[in-house]
Amino acid sequence: MTTPAIELTGLRKSFGAVEAVAGIDLEIADGEFFSMLGPSGSGKTTVLRMIAGFELPTAGTVALSGRDVTRLAPFERDVNTVFQDYALFPHMTVLENVEYGLKVRKVGRKDRRARAVDALASVRLEGFESRKPSEMSGGQRQRVALARALVNRPKVLLLDEPLGALDLKLREQMQVELKQIQRDVGITFVFVTHDQDEALTMSDRVAVFDAGRIAQVGTPEQVYEQPATPFVAGFVGTSNLLTGEVAVALVGKRGTYSVRPEKISLSETGIPGIVAEVIYAGPVTRYVVDLDAGARMTVVEQNQRTGTAALAELRGKPVHLTWLEEHVIEIPGAKENTDAP
Amino acid sequence: MTLSPWARWAMRVFMGAGLGFIYAPLMLVLINSFNGDRTFGWPPHDFTLRWWSSAWDNSGARDALWTSVEAGLGATAIALVLGTMVAFAVQRFKFFGRDTLSLLIVLPIALPGIVTGIALDSAWRSVVEPLGVGKGLFSVIVGHATFCVVTVYNNVLARLRRTGTNLEEASADLGAVPGQTFRYVTFPLIRSALLAGGLLAFALSFDEIIVTTFTAGPGITTLPIWIFNNLFRPNQAPVVNVVAAILIVLSVLPVWFAQRLAGPEAGASRT
Repeated sequence: MTTPAIELTGLRKSFGAVEAVAGIDLEIADGEFFSMLGPSGSGKTTVLRMIAGFELPTAGTVALSGRDVTRLAPFERDVNTVFQDYALFPHMTVLENVEYGLKVRKVGRKDRRARAVDALASVRLEGFESRKPSEMSGGQRQRVALARALVNRPKVLLLDEPLGALDLKLREQMQVELKQIQRDVGITFVFVTHDQDEALTMSDRVAVFDAGRIAQVGTPEQVYEQPATPFVAGFVGTSNLLTGEVAVALVGKRGTYSVRPEKISLSETGIPGIVAEVIYAGPVTRYVVDLDAGARMTVVEQNQRTGTAALAELRGKPVHLTWLEEHVIEIPGAKENTDAP
Repeated sequence: MTLSPWARWAMRVFMGAGLGFIYAPLMLVLINSFNGDRTFGWPPHDFTLRWWSSAWDNSGARDALWTSVEAGLGATAIALVLGTMVAFAVQRFKFFGRDTLSLLIVLPIALPGIVTGIALDSAWRSVVEPLGVGKGLFSVIVGHATFCVVTVYNNVLARLRRTGTNLEEASADLGAVPGQTFRYVTFPLIRSALLAGGLLAFALSFDEIIVTTFTAGPGITTLPIWIFNNLFRPNQAPVVNVVAAILIVLSVLPVWFAQRLAGPEAGASRT
């Protein structure tokens, strides 16, 4: 087996009485695009900062390519970071920013200039060399930050919500570009985000963080189709949870089950309910249906034939829902909660 | 807020009167330094540079100017080093008594000069002199530094608060050792705050008289003290005007530069 690019063992971090990271074991393979997904305050950024060396773990170790770096300073680690606010040096030009890592590592002037120009070209910023960061747009700054990190050819690139400040169009475009760059350079990307779309779209594997712990690690498909806990089911995509009596009535046994909104369809026969709300969202329409059995379900349907006028009339009307049995996922992590009387 | 035209005019008049009250006497000193009439008859009827050249020939005034420059540079140098270090400590580290320390650093500028002066005088007599360091220029520099530290401290602290630590983290992340981070990132970012704080410190020291009176050793005469000593000698009056004019210019210029360098927060530190 090859040595993982990053190996976290029993990692913990407390800030005073607050335990931000409560014990994490994780291996990230070489060349992987790995996302850490979770709501703010779930500890994902703290884990990233411990990998980079900005925070000292309270307990546990960080190993990079098999070497224990837990107590090493950031400048002694072969990782580079793209910061959430980019952290470009405002008093330097774009070229000087990109050159910086090579300059402090004593790479000759000619060599580093050439490499910085190359790096800027790889993020499509030729001709911006002599600009100041303040003279560039958010998307351009983001790319400078990326070039500044990549020019050092680190083993691992850490990205701390790098697309958070961009508008939707630019964000989608950068998602594609980042993925492409990662494939081209072949280095390990660790991508922190609270945006589940982003994590699912870009990653080879995703770790879902919940309150300082990892709730689930897996491919985007595993995390989405087989959520390990109710939290994962709710945070990654929308989920309809069936528990207690409702589960007994609809699934036939006790436990916690999840059905994704797009796996449900409205039909003539099936499980009866009343349409509580109809939300038109362009390509799809979301229906909120109160089942007679007692659960509130969200259903998403493609707007292939329907028009808005016909949709609005459905509100308050009885409907029937159907779904395939194989799309009912049992959530194992929730057992002890639901079995309790 | 909208004001009636009458109120607006009244405000303008008050403001004009207030500013006039502050600056007209200063203008008078400047104008009189060129007034040909020995008794400063008003309005001045002939223009002369005679007082300026006799001030230049006055060795007492020239020595005093030099002493003031030395004291100002010395106090500024101490203020720059100590003020910057304290600002870093307060902004970057959490420790017991941090807020108290911040208050103690700022307090000397609010303390009455006479209190600072008496305290330093007796401290120097009873503690420092027995150690073999008599009062002289050095004691003046130390006395001035006590309140000059504030200007540097305030400017650097404000700058550090604004820039945060992200850029230093980015620098370390890119492989810079702490020395390189300071040289390439931290120092360039606080440079203009240091300059602004230093200029203000120099200006504070340059026109200080009370603390100087108590801390100056024998034969140490700064420019303000020289003016004070010569104020009531009628034959020195024209030269005093010239020296006062120089003092005005040398005090105002640094403040003006400092304000331009550091933006709004610099002005607030000189209260």
